[in-house]
Amino acid sequence: MSWIETLRTSWFAIVSHKMRSALTVLGILIGIAAVILTVGLGLGTQKDVSSQISSLGSNLLIVSPGSSTSTSGVRGGFGTGTTLTQADATALASKVNAPDIKAVDAEKSASEELTAGSTNWTTTVVGVTPSYLKVRSRTLETGEFITKADENSEASVVVLGSETAQELFGSTRVVGQSVTIDSQTFEVIGVLASSGSNSTSNLDDTALIPLSTMASNLVGGSQANTVSTVYLQATSADALPAAYQEAKSLLLNRHGIAASGDADFTISSQDALVSTATAVYKTLTILLTGIAALSLLVGGIGVMNIMLVSVTERTREIGLRKALGAPPGAIRNQFLVEAAILGLTGGVIGAALGVIAALVLPGVIGSSIVLSGAAIGGSLVVAIGIGLVFGVYPATRAAKLAPIDALRTE
Amino acid sequence: MSDASVWPVFEDEETEPRPTGPVIQLRGARKTYKSGSIEFEALRGIDLSIADGEYVAVVGPSGSGKSTIMNVLGCLDTLTSGEYLLAGENVEELDEIELAAVRGRRIGFVFQQFHLLPSLSAWRNVELPLVYAGVHRDERRERAVEALTKVGLGDRIDNRPGELSGGQQQRVAVARALVGEPTMILADEPTGNLDSRSTEDVLALFDELHEAGRTIVLITHEHDVAARSRRIVQVRDGLIQSEEVLA
Ligand SMILES: Nc1ncnc2c1ncn2[C@@H]1O[C@H](COP(=O)(O)OP(=O)(O)OP(=O)(O)O)[C@@H](O)[C@H]1O
Ligand SMILES: [Mg+2]
Repeated sequence: MSWIETLRTSWFAIVSHKMRSALTVLGILIGIAAVILTVGLGLGTQKDVSSQISSLGSNLLIVSPGSSTSTSGVRGGFGTGTTLTQADATALASKVNAPDIKAVDAEKSASEELTAGSTNWTTTVVGVTPSYLKVRSRTLETGEFITKADENSEASVVVLGSETAQELFGSTRVVGQSVTIDSQTFEVIGVLASSGSNSTSNLDDTALIPLSTMASNLVGGSQANTVSTVYLQATSADALPAAYQEAKSLLLNRHGIAASGDADFTISSQDALVSTATAVYKTLTILLTGIAALSLLVGGIGVMNIMLVSVTERTREIGLRKALGAPPGAIRNQFLVEAAILGLTGGVIGAALGVIAALVLPGVIGSSIVLSGAAIGGSLVVAIGIGLVFGVYPATRAAKLAPIDALRTE
Repeated sequence: MSDASVWPVFEDEETEPRPTGPVIQLRGARKTYKSGSIEFEALRGIDLSIADGEYVAVVGPSGSGKSTIMNVLGCLDTLTSGEYLLAGENVEELDEIELAAVRGRRIGFVFQQFHLLPSLSAWRNVELPLVYAGVHRDERRERAVEALTKVGLGDRIDNRPGELSGGQQQRVAVARALVGEPTMILADEPTGNLDSRSTEDVLALFDELHEAGRTIVLITHEHDVAARSRRIVQVRDGLIQSEEVLA
């Protein structure tokens, strides 16, 4: 008996029990769609999280003045203090004191009004060090970045965020133009490449000037040598804990604080937060996928159940087919193919629904769903596999029926 | 294979010579049914020989073992002891796949309960043996329609069994039995569920098949039906009681 003939016979058996077949297929398709969606959602969330990591800079430790766990009224709150200085940053950059810290970027920011010709725009002006690009994982769209020489000479140069450049000039090709900040004229030497979206703050609306220029020309006074944030880049992700310890003991030492509970600064690691979040999402994904896989298993048992009913119901037909010359293999294949068709149909419809949902849902729930060809192809294979695996027992049972006993069945 | 030059070796089905001896040979055939601890001997030593092209009726009271004989002859059931040679071949030595091939190629069944598949149209029912014999689909339809025309149902090929009368259904079953051109037709009370008119239709078909050279084994209760054959074998309590050759 040819495969086409087997297919036709099996297909005929399926369509002659439409309702029953449809319900069996439903069991499979829910499972497949659920697996595709949960895996896609898990991958999507992990992608969102990891793109947030890279927008922050990699292997990053952030040192802020003040304490986040304020226990005494003496110290200022988190981020408000003036306890961090440029000298602290320089000390942290020392390879001898802190071998696990690769680069240091100290920053000092203030909200200022920028003027270009007749256009005004208020943005965050940040005094940065030349290692800013490396530490913060940013790149330039055009021009140059602030150099050591600019830093030393307190040069009046500015690097604009792409959005700031757009607002001021209507273009990002603005290298060589002049911008006035706090009645001082700055030359635009570069424009940052867009960082992509970031949920917390707009990294594309900013103006970067040398930290030294910021300290002496824009802020000045007693605040001149303080910095608002120090970004530390560890030599590797594995070196983060070591870098953390080095920075902490160095700063405690420099500030003359004995108990680490009294620290007048806070070191936080975004990477640590993010990796915790990733781990949580991973666990959640595994859990949800597990539930989805369970529903697939239930769907498979549904296939087996229907196939057993089908075999019992058609015992006489099996006997007759054997009397007419059907070898056991042909009978077995007929039922196997029937189960595989049920599985595949459920798989195809389930995958289609999963893909549609994956396209529609992100707009509704606001997190991305990553569809991989491998997941879709894999789930189709799994769907047929489920049909086959759960069809083997009923099909073998049908093939083994003795013709005369089968024919006699009422 | 040194004697291949002396004795022609026929491996191909087509070139196999028609057996000159009996098509069917039962020797000391015994069949014991076991259900739990109870054993019942339905056949108690049957010797029966049927030649190629014979038309034999098996008669006997209910429970005498007629259907059992028929199931054994049709390779649907196996003997407990004794021998069954079909065209000289010992059936007991064949495996399930070979048995299926024998049933498909050599034997055409007609059952008292028709045994048509209710979801298939008449011609789809008739083509089934050809499906398993590996005949191409275009040829299958052609031959199925031809067989249905032969039994006088050329205009009902697309009807399902439920849309046909009992007599018509049995004629579809006869068409199915003869479509594969088997050497042997086995019919177990084919007229048991039919009125006299339909009985006559079916028996006329058997007469034709007999004239065309087919071997027919017919099981029946009715004397008129048995009288249409050329030899009547009387069975009682699992033994052959008498044989009578008709003119
Ligand atoms: N599967 C079985 N298990 C146990 N006993 C059986 C089985 N099949 C048949 N028999 C017994 O074997 C005997 C012969 O049965 P068989 O069907 O051959 O009779 P029959 O001559 O065809 O009768 P009828 O004319 O009523 O069809 C009966 O007594 C029956 O009860
Ligand atoms: Mg009987």
